[in-house]
Amino acid sequence: MNLATQDIRHNLGRFLLTAMGIGLLLMIVLGMSGIYRGMIDDALVVIDRIGADLWVVQRGTRGPFAEISRVPAHLEHRLRAVPGVATTRVFVSHNVQREHQGQPLRMNIHGLAWPDDKGDWVRLQQGRPLGQAHFEMIADVSLGLRLGERVSLGKNTYTVVGIAQGMVASGGDGIAFVTAPDAQSIQFDLPGESLRLEREARVHRATQQDIGQIQPALLERGAGAASNIPAFAPPMVSAITVRLKPGADLSQVTSTISAWPDVSVHSRDDQERLLVHGMIDKARRQIGLFRVLLVVISTIIMSLILYTLTLDKIHDIAMLKLMGARNGMIIGLILQQALLLGGIGYLIAFSLGDWVFPKFPRRVLITSTDLWALAAVVVAISVVSSLLGIWKAMKVEPNKVLS
Amino acid sequence: MHPLPPTPPAIDAQHLTKVYGQGNTEVIAMRDVSLRVERGEVVALLGPSGAGKSTLLTAIGLINPPTSGQLSIGGIPVMDGPNTLVDVRAFRRQHLGFVFQKANLIPFLTALQNVQIALQINDVAPAPARQRALELLDYLGVADRASNLPNALSGGQQQRVAVARALANHPSLILADEPTAALDSHRGRQVMELFRRVAHERGAGVLVVTHDHRALDVFDRSVEMEDGQLRPH
Repeated sequence: MNLATQDIRHNLGRFLLTAMGIGLLLMIVLGMSGIYRGMIDDALVVIDRIGADLWVVQRGTRGPFAEISRVPAHLEHRLRAVPGVATTRVFVSHNVQREHQGQPLRMNIHGLAWPDDKGDWVRLQQGRPLGQAHFEMIADVSLGLRLGERVSLGKNTYTVVGIAQGMVASGGDGIAFVTAPDAQSIQFDLPGESLRLEREARVHRATQQDIGQIQPALLERGAGAASNIPAFAPPMVSAITVRLKPGADLSQVTSTISAWPDVSVHSRDDQERLLVHGMIDKARRQIGLFRVLLVVISTIIMSLILYTLTLDKIHDIAMLKLMGARNGMIIGLILQQALLLGGIGYLIAFSLGDWVFPKFPRRVLITSTDLWALAAVVVAISVVSSLLGIWKAMKVEPNKVLS
Repeated sequence: MHPLPPTPPAIDAQHLTKVYGQGNTEVIAMRDVSLRVERGEVVALLGPSGAGKSTLLTAIGLINPPTSGQLSIGGIPVMDGPNTLVDVRAFRRQHLGFVFQKANLIPFLTALQNVQIALQINDVAPAPARQRALELLDYLGVADRASNLPNALSGGQQQRVAVARALANHPSLILADEPTAALDSHRGRQVMELFRRVAHERGAGVLVVTHDHRALDVFDRSVEMEDGQLRPH
């Protein structure tokens, strides 16, 4: 006969309600670790999928995942000439928030180096990779767009030709893949009036200088499109990704490119580290501390519940002691109840989380490591929280029966 | 033919004294009490409130050790002054049975389990424990309520289960503290007769603290306490 289970059967309703409360708390602990894992996975998905060996970024910066980085698009060609380099791709990435069908639509625009990169590496749920140089889009399913839907961004309209799955930026926004030139045109889109004012300003600046006064053709150029002015900077991208030839020496290639005075080079590991320990570090620590807090709260609540359950049984414990029960039997009664409470709470947390987490706006990624870790934490807090009850039970004198 | 060795008494208490506090606050709850109860004997311990009956009972039950004096139970020396000479819990589960005014049954265990737990505490295996518990409930006339929780039993039935529990491990001594106080006179008498039957049939010594003078004829002997001292009734 097991006293713990007999007592639970006698107070089943109260026990299950308590286990439900503990389960909900544990579900939040599990969810927190899932949100953290999801953040890391989301942050790394682009880096993993692109699979570049090196990231070449603006000199002195840590690259587009840490800060604004701008390098000329034609840097791609220079990099291809470096011994050991197999392929290069421009990397354009930025967030936009626009209104679509009366609702705010926030997305991360990712430029693909068309035609070399059509987005074949993207995890497609429906549709196809990009099939033309402009005005097509692959959208992550989290953006809520449908296949064939048309989205206006800047002065152009893009047709969704593919629906991706699990392609989310580190900030949690779904990624929309377009070609790199389209991504740039979305990024640098200016209203017509702004362009006209800029042209007027250029002409005005030229007329204020002697070269503008003696060369009327310069004023004519200044009043036209910026792309027709050779002195203007070439299109800028966030970074250039580099893949090496098989057997190429990574350190040798890195050393060669690092010697260039206008760029910095980071390895794939650098970028991953930057994301995990840099960009999402505060969120990671915040979630970590919140989890610790929840574990402490769960322990305190469990302790109080077990203490109350023990107080309810003080008379019975005194009677057991009077009958000569060993301490092991009484400790077992409380400890087994604590472990059952924790165990049932854990199962509730797991089952409820399995149902609820997919409905969360951000991905909640539950790994088996986290499940095992939580199981260990549950055992630990069950044992710790039973200590108060055990201490109380050990203090009970058999003569309490007489009172 | 050798003569049978004499059976040691269930209780042999010599010069038990219990003093609470010291100096100005000193209270002598029990003064030089000597008491002998034979096996198979049912003894009533009478006396007004505050006379020291419960002090004596708890001292004999190894719950509240005396300040001085010697105590043997079933021929085993257990107390020498405030010092215990045995493993108290082990001794209690093997040699003592308790019955109180309230039955003190464990509320989440059935009548059967309440008896069974006493045997389980004494390391009796589950199957024989169940068998013996059923036999005891049958002996005490409550076998038909074996699967009921205490709150489904009447006061008298609860006391019978409590007596069954006290008898579970063949104790040499049963200590009862006003076991009929919560029962009507008819049921109270039934319980007292039960103690007599148990003592005579099972060979246990029974010491019953009681205020109920109507059932004194049931007892083999009565002793009375007054101002912490014992005198024959």
